[in-house]
Amino acid sequence: MQLTTRELLTALHGMLFGGFFLMAIFGLVVELVRSRHTSTHIELTPRGRTIESWFLILMAAFGWLAVFTGTYVIYPWYRAKPPANTADLTAYPRYLLLSHPNTAAWHNLGMEWKEHIAFFATIAVTMLAFVLIRQRAALRQYPQLRNAVLGFALLALASCGVAAGFGAMVNKAAPVTGGNTITLIRSGQ
Amino acid sequence: MTLTETQVPNGPAAAAILSAAIGCFALGLTTVAADKSKAVNKLMLFYPPSGALTGETTIAIVVWLVAWLILARLWRNSTRALGPINIASFVLLLCGLLLTFPPFVDAL
Repeated sequence: MQLTTRELLTALHGMLFGGFFLMAIFGLVVELVRSRHTSTHIELTPRGRTIESWFLILMAAFGWLAVFTGTYVIYPWYRAKPPANTADLTAYPRYLLLSHPNTAAWHNLGMEWKEHIAFFATIAVTMLAFVLIRQRAALRQYPQLRNAVLGFALLALASCGVAAGFGAMVNKAAPVTGGNTITLIRSGQ
Repeated sequence: MTLTETQVPNGPAAAAILSAAIGCFALGLTTVAADKSKAVNKLMLFYPPSGALTGETTIAIVVWLVAWLILARLWRNSTRALGPINIASFVLLLCGLLLTFPPFVDAL
């Protein structure tokens, strides 16, 4: 069982950072919807507040890890320009996708949108973490504040879903490859 | 809200919400600017291997954080009318989303 350093980092970016981020936002949306339909206010214990705060901080941190590794580590490999007269574009995903009309939209729509929209989710979730940790009392008092928080959470979920979905599909159509080979498990012959 | 509960200022939360929307809108603007102008695109090459994306997102993040800092100071101990702030925030968000949607940007 082998993979390259670039494949490993791409997996960390998408499946660990991005995957956790997406699941965490989904959990947050479920919790926000649930809290709108409780008959009495449920007060967390100090321990419960601490756990909730750490969940929110980690959620935002994973979002930033996902967008920064994507922008500064994975994306340069994805958009690397092939030398002139290169026939095999496998190591140049962007150019591989653009070389055929049936795959060009994965870049022109998928990657072009994903690389930006992921930041929407991250900015929104950072704001949500701040409001949910530091403005709990205001959230209880102002229904319009709760509406805004839920609206932003839904938008973050949709944005992250678009980014994750296109990321997975683009990497399936033209995977980022290269780097040193890492052998995880060697089967006996 | 019960009668015994004291009024809590919502200014800090309102500042966080509006500034996040401003940051998202700024990302939409920088995306369009870099797409439509070669000169702007060149200016956005903060980290050339990643292209203009690094400049677009860095500027948007700076705009978001500066807006947050300013609004948080202005609204620190105040209670704001949240209706107009929510409307403005979601309009900015939707405009930002539209300005990053490639078919829309291509049509501009």
